[in-house]
Amino acid sequence: MVPLWMFLAVAAGVFCIGAYGVLSRRNAVAILMGVELMLNAVNINLIAFWRYVEPLNMAGQAFAAFVFVIAAAEAAVGLAIIISVYRSRRSVIVEDVDMLKW
Amino acid sequence: MFELNAQSIAFILFALFSLGGALGVVTTRNLIHATLYLILSLFGAAGFFVLLSAPFMAAVQVLVYIGAIAILIVFAVMLTRSMTRLSDIYNSQWLLSAIVAGLLFVLLLVGVILPVWGVNGTQAGREVSSIVTTTVDLGKALVDQNQYVLPFEVASLLLTAAMIGAIVVARDDKE
Amino acid sequence: MNDVCSINNLTQCLLDGGVSPDLANLLTILGGVVLVATVPLVTVIFLIWIERKIAARVQDRLGPNRVGPFGLLQSVADAVKMLTKEDITPMGADKFIYNLAPIIAFATVVLIWAIIPFTPLHIGADLSIGILYFVAVASIGTVKIMIAGWSSNNKYALLGAFRTIAQLLSYEVPLVLSLLIPVMIAGTLGMQDMVRAQGSMWFVFMAPVAAVMFFIANLAETGRAPFDLLEAESEIIAGYNIEYSGFKWGMFMAGEFMHAFTAALLAAVIFLGGWWGPFVEQVPALGFVYLGLKTAVVYIFGLILRSTVPRVRIDQLMALNWKWLVPISVANVLITALLLKVVDAIGLAPQSGDFFAHLPQTLVLLVGNLVLMFGVATVLRNRGRAQRLADEAAHPVEHEDAPVVVGAVGH
Repeated sequence: MVPLWMFLAVAAGVFCIGAYGVLSRRNAVAILMGVELMLNAVNINLIAFWRYVEPLNMAGQAFAAFVFVIAAAEAAVGLAIIISVYRSRRSVIVEDVDMLKW
Repeated sequence: MFELNAQSIAFILFALFSLGGALGVVTTRNLIHATLYLILSLFGAAGFFVLLSAPFMAAVQVLVYIGAIAILIVFAVMLTRSMTRLSDIYNSQWLLSAIVAGLLFVLLLVGVILPVWGVNGTQAGREVSSIVTTTVDLGKALVDQNQYVLPFEVASLLLTAAMIGAIVVARDDKE
Repeated sequence: MNDVCSINNLTQCLLDGGVSPDLANLLTILGGVVLVATVPLVTVIFLIWIERKIAARVQDRLGPNRVGPFGLLQSVADAVKMLTKEDITPMGADKFIYNLAPIIAFATVVLIWAIIPFTPLHIGADLSIGILYFVAVASIGTVKIMIAGWSSNNKYALLGAFRTIAQLLSYEVPLVLSLLIPVMIAGTLGMQDMVRAQGSMWFVFMAPVAAVMFFIANLAETGRAPFDLLEAESEIIAGYNIEYSGFKWGMFMAGEFMHAFTAALLAAVIFLGGWWGPFVEQVPALGFVYLGLKTAVVYIFGLILRSTVPRVRIDQLMALNWKWLVPISVANVLITALLLKVVDAIGLAPQSGDFFAHLPQTLVLLVGNLVLMFGVATVLRNRGRAQRLADEAAHPVEHEDAPVVVGAVGH
């Protein structure tokens, strides 16, 4: 079988690419896509550890299932907020949403 | 350590999908293309779940992420098209965030490959057991009163609240 | 060994020939994949012919009867015509995803054929999560519509794509909910196990409401009548495949026909007992015949429905789904789960594989389904009556006076 550290390395790579996307993009939907990448990487990590360390304990898969649920809920609410902001400000560039800046 | 059998080839293929898709998401200007790259990366992750003997997770990944969340993102992209296509895609601190992400990656790699966590680290030569729980066990664990029924119910409440909240926030109340 | 190298012992033949085990396994799997994927492609040619014939007969005309005997080669002629048409790509279209959409349209349908059990011995891949795999592949289908509508660079295609996706996503909910019932009764998600669980009693007798819900949801998922608002030729917005011409449009159409046939095939496997029939245990090849007959019954019923029922409007479609199908499916799941547990607690659960052992559970579930349908019918009747009375109060019907008879005699 493929050794565990390879799965973890790929998941770390996806996580860091997602983090770079969140930190450096200007479009709000692109930031949300970066967040989805990070959650996906976390899921890969969880299932890899479940399989290699303790495959008889259901905690790994249950945890990953709940991460799915939370990612779906967060994507729905986040996109609703983005659409609402677009409707009032006509822009989804996050730097343009700066009314609270002093 | 690394023999070239069918599993390794499948792993390399799915790793290419995941990493290539992720790179495409953060570097494309066209957001529809970025969504398609995201779908590619999610397929790679679903492939990983199949390799890791978790077929239920793979099917749920395709069903929830690709069949629902990616479509939602495509709709949001289409509904929020900006008029100016010539704006930058990166903000002013992209170099700093690239350095931070790179450092984080190096740190994670060190933690994963080298035995920094002691004897029970990820390099420990334990035998990978071939006795794996099945989907039936996952189903039982999610409704067992000693296991995960409470988070399960709370998660369903969370989903309902998120759905109602999303509809209320995104609704066009000019009427 | 000097056995004949057929498909059954291909792996052994390759191993004897000195091929490494991994490669032998891979080649056998590839051979199986090619076989399973070729059958739908060949079936599509026949499906187009039978659709046109049945639609024609319902409309009291003959249908294609010039090309070949009984018009059987009509599909071949159509394919040749489509291949020789000019392949136009609209200006400003996104070339890569414009060409990717028909491929995904075809691929997501052929992927479903991997989990269908044709006989007790022949199945593409006996996954433990067969039904979940089917739902997952069905939900990828929305991606292709989105990219087809978007990449055509045509706002009517985009609008058509939006409506199609709204329809598909909405009708996935009763599809999944009605699939939960056979999963609960059989106790497994795998397809081969589910067919084996129907050895004594088909699931359509235990869960008729779920079978009807599955059928209606599949009609909407595959875009067949009466839910074909979005691809109908007489509508102004011809749907997301306006800008496709020639063979790419042909692939969309072939994918749609194949999807309808695959949905009928799944209904036959899940609800009508799959490959079960007389003598199928001794002669497994008979499984093909029985499955084909059951699929043909469901598919032809769908075709006759297509030519008979008028088309549904988009708001009626959404109202039908969210106000009727989803509550009925949820109530069905609740009632079936409760009744199954009650039957188990009483001790009437079928222990043996006998027909009469399954009878008590079947009768209990049937009664539950009938109660549900009676409730739905009552609600429908009350609503219909209230609507009719409201209509009559708003627009009173003129009652003419009785005609005056002019007496001819005794004037």
